Amino acid sequence: MDAAALIQALTERFADAVRGSHAYRGDATIVISRERLLDLAGTLKDDAAFQMNFLMDLTAVDFSVFGKGPSPAFFASSGVVVRPSAELPDEHPWPGPPGPARFIVVYHFFSLPLKHRLRVEVPLEEADAELDSVTSLWAGADWLEREVWDMFGIRFRGHANLKRILMYEQFVGHPLRKDYPVNKRQPLIEPDGDASSHSR
Amino acid sequence: MSGDAAFVTSRLDEAIGWARKYSIFQYPFVTACCGMEYMATACSHYDIDRFGAGLPRFSPRQADVLFVVGTISQKMAPVLKRIYDQMAEPKWVVSFGVCTCTGGFYDNYATLMGIDTIIPVDVYIPGCPPRPEYVLDGLLKLQAKIQAQHESGRRSAREPRPELELEPWMPQR
Repeated sequence: MDAAALIQALTERFADAVRGSHAYRGDATIVISRERLLDLAGTLKDDAAFQMNFLMDLTAVDFSVFGKGPSPAFFASSGVVVRPSAELPDEHPWPGPPGPARFIVVYHFFSLPLKHRLRVEVPLEEADAELDSVTSLWAGADWLEREVWDMFGIRFRGHANLKRILMYEQFVGHPLRKDYPVNKRQPLIEPDGDASSHSR
Repeated sequence: MSGDAAFVTSRLDEAIGWARKYSIFQYPFVTACCGMEYMATACSHYDIDRFGAGLPRFSPRQADVLFVVGTISQKMAPVLKRIYDQMAEPKWVVSFGVCTCTGGFYDNYATLMGIDTIIPVDVYIPGCPPRPEYVLDGLLKLQAKIQAQHESGRRSAREPRPELELEPWMPQR
């Protein structure tokens, strides 16, 4: 199925869940509400029309400072223009973030037999950053969901072992949130402190 | 103490310092890309053996000098502290590369801002990574420091400050 057909098929079948869709530069993308994530993921995996048996990636984006000023990072002082030039209009401009929610969790699915791919975005509010785990469908989601929890503080319901994967247990905060202070210093952990025993 | 005894002690200090500085057994604590430059320094082209530092020991119990080579993350810091604690006195620490000196350009949530926040450092060799010549220069400075030390490993009061060699383009004193 090509991008347009994928979007159309899913929009018809999950009319109540799909909040938006686009095919920016050929990548089929649908935005869905989190309540139907597991239904949709199960259909994508098991339905003969989709056969998305490969979860390529699972990550998150924090849109809290997106578009609210110049990039504070590397290019800000260098004069490099990060956004595309207005002199080169894009016939199909990027549709922008999917709504006002602070976070989105992004899933990239691929079908090895049918060779088509789909991006699923799930918007999440900051106060209630929680959604269903897909580890029951793709075991590979285990570490990816732990990474999203570690870096963004988004919880996954039904995950068997949701603890930090990159940082240590004493770490305070979630460093890829945009309000994490870039110069924040964490307390040092001692060799015989709680850090060496890998308890939760 | 009589003059003769002081003479003997100071001669003994010198002899022990001389022996120590030419028998440096290093523990290379290599975590990152500086390791390549460390290997280049340790191999035959730069012949670190002529300074008596040619035999790395991969046990902290057998090592005199801890070479911390490469970025130290917050998660690695307790491990480094434990390695340092396991080394027997007298011991010295060389901070190899700018990441171990100050954190380098990793001003972020994951990286330790210099190993001297957890263990004492004797010689800093900045650079990203430092050239082997630079490393050898640091090694010579460490040898000067070891030579100037008291036999017990205590820092001597007459420890000479390393001479800074001013290049022509630097501001002259």
